[in-house]
Amino acid sequence: MNIVVLVKQVPDSSMDRSLRSDDNTVDRGSASNVINEMDEYAIEEALRVKEAHGGEVTVLTMGPSQATESIRKALQLGADKAVHVLDDALAGSCAVATSRVLAAALGQLNPDLVLCGAESTDGRVQVMPHMLAERLGIAALTGARKLTVDGSTLTVERQTEEGYEVVTASTPAIVSVWDTINQVRLASFKGIMAAKKKPVQTLSLADLGVPAEEVGTAGATSEVVSHRRRPPRSVGQRITDDGTGGVRLVEFLAAEKFV
Amino acid sequence: MAEVLVVVEATRELGVKKVTLELLTLARQLGSPSAVVLGGPGAADRLGAQLGEYGAEKIYAAEHEDIDGYLVAPKATVLADLVRRVQPAAVLLASSQEGKEIAGRLAVKLDNGLLTDVSELAPDGTATQVVFAGSTIVTSRVTRGLPLVTVRSNSVTPAPAPATPTVERLDVVLGEADKLARVLDRVAEQKGSRPELTEASVVVSGGRGVGSADNFKLVEELADLLGGAVGASRAAVDSGFYPHQYQVGQTGKTVSPQLYIALGISGAIQHRAGMQTSKTIVAVNKDPEAPIFELADFGVVGDLFKVVPQAVEEIRKRR
Ligand SMILES: Cc1cc2nc3c(=O)[nH]c(=O)nc-3n(C[C@H](O)[C@H](O)[C@H](O)COP(=O)(O)OP(=O)(O)OC[C@H]3O[C@@H](n4cnc5c(N)ncnc54)[C@H](O)[C@@H]3O)c2cc1C
Ligand SMILES: Cc1cc2nc3c(=O)[nH]c(=O)nc-3n(C[C@H](O)[C@H](O)[C@H](O)COP(=O)(O)OP(=O)(O)OC[C@H]3O[C@@H](n4cnc5c(N)ncnc54)[C@H](O)[C@@H]3O)c2cc1C
Repeated sequence: MNIVVLVKQVPDSSMDRSLRSDDNTVDRGSASNVINEMDEYAIEEALRVKEAHGGEVTVLTMGPSQATESIRKALQLGADKAVHVLDDALAGSCAVATSRVLAAALGQLNPDLVLCGAESTDGRVQVMPHMLAERLGIAALTGARKLTVDGSTLTVERQTEEGYEVVTASTPAIVSVWDTINQVRLASFKGIMAAKKKPVQTLSLADLGVPAEEVGTAGATSEVVSHRRRPPRSVGQRITDDGTGGVRLVEFLAAEKFV
Repeated sequence: MAEVLVVVEATRELGVKKVTLELLTLARQLGSPSAVVLGGPGAADRLGAQLGEYGAEKIYAAEHEDIDGYLVAPKATVLADLVRRVQPAAVLLASSQEGKEIAGRLAVKLDNGLLTDVSELAPDGTATQVVFAGSTIVTSRVTRGLPLVTVRSNSVTPAPAPATPTVERLDVVLGEADKLARVLDRVAEQKGSRPELTEASVVVSGGRGVGSADNFKLVEELADLLGGAVGASRAAVDSGFYPHQYQVGQTGKTVSPQLYIALGISGAIQHRAGMQTSKTIVAVNKDPEAPIFELADFGVVGDLFKVVPQAVEEIRKRR
């Protein structure tokens, strides 16, 4: 099975992240850059599908040059090769433009199965798999906590607000995953060594046939007008329990009309 | 006045979801609200009265078993046809998984921008989004096409404004590409009669400090007394104390209730990402240094196994 995993590099969510003051885009210097956490589960699932059914795993990333670090990590974990869409004109791309570029790259890779994260920890837009499915005319099974592959039939347990749905489609299809789907592995020493020899292909917008003026800040379908830091919450009242903590908590709730 | 389309979310048991009533309330400030019901046969008749009560001037009803039978794509196709025909002033959806997914497909079909997780929307289309774990407030707008936005639950207080909606039935014309992801089963795991986590006006969450799955009964007890939903930190979920769909935070649900109570939760940045915009925050933690206290309007430094049972008893006494 020809499997492609989408991997996005994001600023580390455990650090203080910010937007740039000049053009309101992500400040990639404010926090260190890591693989979007959900994508690690997508990589793991891709490796498991390959181990069970054979095939090849290709990592696809669109991002600036430092995204090669995330690509390398995915290769160390066991992906076979990578495609890096790299072009200065991509800076500031909205989700619509990103999906256009990723769809063009997927069109060249011709996968049976595309795996990706359910959402990114920076944009949290949660739309990429359905946008790509729409462009490519393939099925999207999103929000998976379980994936079963049986020949060309994919079945997914999709997490919903109320519980879950069982959804099914034939390949080619795109599946997005939550962190409930598996336990990710750590890279082995062998994996780290092997990754050095794995091929990474770099593609520009011209290679993909996507006009530069239709992506990035120039082609954005939405714009950030301004941004500001949210003022810190004002400091509240704090008590130490002296045996009446529960009662005093309820007194506070009553004063605020919650009881 | 131009129409504003509101995509309806509903459940079989509870009818129209609260977030949809919030969207109708918001839509009234932007134009004339039209509710779009996308569902199986009979959906619109079931929901019509509630939608009218919150100001829907018109109901577009697209009812077809394929809408329920396949994931998301049929809804986006019907909605795109409608948007092309009526050219609304804006399209509003809930910022739920499905709301975002429909919006994403719609954006591609119409080559239109979209904004997700919006908390405010002005009549000129300027939106407010709170991003990066609640640390940054962004104002933004769609620059290509009409304002297509998904709105976060609890951003607007739903207010009734009774109207008598006219109902227009839509033809459901689907292509092969809409019927690729088939729904085989829908399983509800929601516990009891508690409100849905993202919609609840009170959320009581437990963390690693709660100690066990069994002890979560204490969290549930307090939640039930306050008419709230139960949430959990990731550490509590990973330890198997409570199911994943109740996780609050960066990789769980984002909640913005009137009252958020954190029990035995330290307040890591990824947890704060999901609850930071709550109106009032209360914390019980035995560690006076716990970062959750930086956010709390009322904090009790103490053992939750002493404080919470006493609070439960006190609430009962006051009834
Ligand atoms: C704070 C913030 C808010 C934003 N809000 C909006 C908005 O409202 N509207 C809008 O149009 N854009 C928005 N963006 C821009 C948007 O995040 C990017 O265009 C992004 O590349 C696509 O959205 P996502 O990562 O949020 O997608 P999601 O749909 O959340 O991502 C799902 C998965 O898609 C894959 N993926 C996403 N991007 C890439 C990539 N570049 N390379 C490889 N795989 C990828 C990953 O597997 C990821 O897990 C925002 C960005 C930020 C930082
Ligand atoms: C990419 C990424 C995404 C993440 N996403 C999320 C997310 O979505 N949601 C989330 O919650 N976390 C998330 N995390 C994890 C987060 O970093 C923390 O590890 C987690 O929130 C800790 O949960 P906790 O506060 O319950 O546990 P701890 O940090 O262990 O805190 C337990 C607290 O309980 C207190 N306590 C113990 N016993 C008692 C008692 N008897 N009475 C009172 N207090 C007591 C302790 O003092 C302590 O403060 C994420 C992490 C990463 C890296």
